[in-house]
Amino acid sequence: MVKVINVCKRFGPHEVLKGISLEVRRGQILVIIGPSGSGKSTLLRAINHLEAVDDGEIWVDGVRVNRPLKGLKFEKHINKIRQDLGMVFQQFNLFPHMTVMENITMAPMLLKKIPRKAAEEKACGLLEKVDLMDKVNYYPAQLSGGQKQRVAIARALAMEPKVMLFDEVTSALDPELIGEVNKVMKKLAEEHMTMLIVTHEMRFAAEVADHVIFMADGVIVEEGPPRQLFFNSSHERTQRFLAEVFK
Amino acid sequence: MDYDLIGRVFVYFAMAAGITVELSFLSMCLGLGLGLTGALCKLSPNRWLEMPARLYVSVFRGTPCLIQLFVIYFGGPQIGLQLEPFPAGVLGLGINIGAYMTESIRGAILAVERGQMEAARSLGLSKSRAMVKVILPQAACLMVRPLGVNTIALIKGSSLVSAISVLELTYTAHRYISSTYRPFELFILAALFYLLIISIASFFIRKLDQRFVLLM
Amino acid sequence: MTGLDFSVVLDYYPVMLAGLMWTSILCACAIALSLVGGVPLALAGISRNRILRSATGFFIWVFRGTPLLLQLFLIYFGLPQVGIYLSPIVSGIIGLGIHYAVYNSDVMRAGIVAVETGQHEASRSLGLSRAQTMRKVIIPQALRNVTPALGNNLIALLKESALVSIITVPELTLAAQRAISETFRPFEFYLAAGVIYYDINYFLELGLKRVELKTALSR
Ligand SMILES: Nc1ncnc2c1ncn2[C@@H]1O[C@H](COP(=O)(O)OP(=O)(O)OP(=O)(O)O)[C@@H](O)[C@H]1O
Ligand SMILES: [Mg+2]
Repeated sequence: MVKVINVCKRFGPHEVLKGISLEVRRGQILVIIGPSGSGKSTLLRAINHLEAVDDGEIWVDGVRVNRPLKGLKFEKHINKIRQDLGMVFQQFNLFPHMTVMENITMAPMLLKKIPRKAAEEKACGLLEKVDLMDKVNYYPAQLSGGQKQRVAIARALAMEPKVMLFDEVTSALDPELIGEVNKVMKKLAEEHMTMLIVTHEMRFAAEVADHVIFMADGVIVEEGPPRQLFFNSSHERTQRFLAEVFK
Repeated sequence: MDYDLIGRVFVYFAMAAGITVELSFLSMCLGLGLGLTGALCKLSPNRWLEMPARLYVSVFRGTPCLIQLFVIYFGGPQIGLQLEPFPAGVLGLGINIGAYMTESIRGAILAVERGQMEAARSLGLSKSRAMVKVILPQAACLMVRPLGVNTIALIKGSSLVSAISVLELTYTAHRYISSTYRPFELFILAALFYLLIISIASFFIRKLDQRFVLLM
Repeated sequence: MTGLDFSVVLDYYPVMLAGLMWTSILCACAIALSLVGGVPLALAGISRNRILRSATGFFIWVFRGTPLLLQLFLIYFGLPQVGIYLSPIVSGIIGLGIHYAVYNSDVMRAGIVAVETGQHEASRSLGLSRAQTMRKVIIPQALRNVTPALGNNLIALLKESALVSIITVPELTLAAQRAISETFRPFEFYLAAGVIYYDINYFLELGLKRVELKTALSR
């Protein structure tokens, strides 16, 4: 479903991704962990081309994301691909001038030409899934962090993406609100949604992941099923990181 | 104080105040259009859009508005641009305030969080759609205050077109003074009208601001 | 209609130069007046005396709510009615100076209020009087904070100084007008005046940036 081949990315002299390769199959859940600054966000953002990579290939559902096209044609191409990739950010990034309902229905109505009524019905279904039916007409400023993040997930799901990308979606939340967001993600896992999740929540990672990648300094240090990586790691660097986190 | 005189000229002053309002309103519409275009050009990565916009702002903020009006009204005919005083006034004031609005609008757009553009793009919206649907509505909320400052500056600045003989409030006062030799009364009357216009404008802008603040 | 001919501007350079000189004198005096006048207005605006405070507030409201041109007319044409006769240049300096003193006082007052809270108690606890605290502690800090905003006002003053040509001060704009009345070439001369204003504006901005940098570094 998602295939990353030998991707490199630098910011000025600073090499952030040094030849990353990975693959996520349909319905699989990949969790990426690693210390701060190791390039996890950059990798996720490169997959939907919020960051242009310098080298390597990125494929989503058999389509090359970073095709060597120029100009308007590339814009159209990337906008199309992004519709298949739902992204949820650490800072929610809900649109503050729109209600919860408008946040969710705007993109499907605009890009998929879905009539308002159908879009709103769909949104209600999604809000039910994230357990926020009562907040339909609220503005983001009236919601708690956990509620905002659940709306953001519903907003991404409304485009019926083939893959969901989660970038530390619980890092900006108070501890007592983390659970409600993780619950939604688990629900998606049960429905076999294909997901790439960057997180610092090791317990959650162990629960949902099919496959875990440990990144440090722009390279994949170690990968494998969660049981192996968390409890049977063979790398000193991974062990050091896990010891730090579980301290 | 010659109250009799004030009573006689009052209605003419009121009409002139109407011209001042009309002039300011039309110039502000022009200025808003130019400001929005200028801001988008100035933020564009295309330097053929960015450079002219930068030049526009620099030239029209760097020279006196009065000189700009004179170039348009008196100098215009030399390059084939013959305008009546009123349209020349609207054009001059509008272009001038547009340069200031460009900077205000650009500032407001830049003040919208970077994540907003990314979130919109990640949903698949094109850059221009993200601008129209997501960034500009938020920038509009941040723009109300600078818009207010510019509007008030524009209302006062509209007195300059008296120098190209548009019969607005200041020129009307000036004309009646030449015929009656009662400068004090007449200038104070004109000042009262300006204070009234500006107070009303400020009132509406405050209302608008409160509305937007509630919304965000 | 003939084509544009900018060479005539060169023939009139002594006229334009004289205008530039008057603009410089006018602006220098008006800037001084606006800065010196701004301080008492700012202090009156935060005075404990309610009457003084409201009177200042009213004064500021009137001067900010009416056009500079109208104020210039009032000084130049209106004052003679009560027996005060001022020359155009003096009227211009007073008009510009007071108008911008009002704007400067607003900036200064905001600056003073911003530093006052914490610093005031600290220096009063050292035994300084309110007046001493103001003079020695608050105002120097406030002035430093408001330098950029004051700079903007001075730049605006320069540009609005063109208005005094209407009350016949022989500055740059009027010099251009005189040249035009002899040559009938408004486009060239007003453009030339615009270029000169642009240059003064440019150097003034450059100078103010330097001052800002200096005050920022001395923190
Ligand atoms: N736009 C940018 N310009 C320059 N450097 C950047 C930019 N974005 C990220 N970086 C740098 O790239 C490196 C990797 O950043 P990235 O955000 O991918 O790390 P991360 O693994 O997500 O860290 P965290 O866990 O803190 O979110 C960091 O050193 C960061 O400073
Ligand atoms: Mg990150």
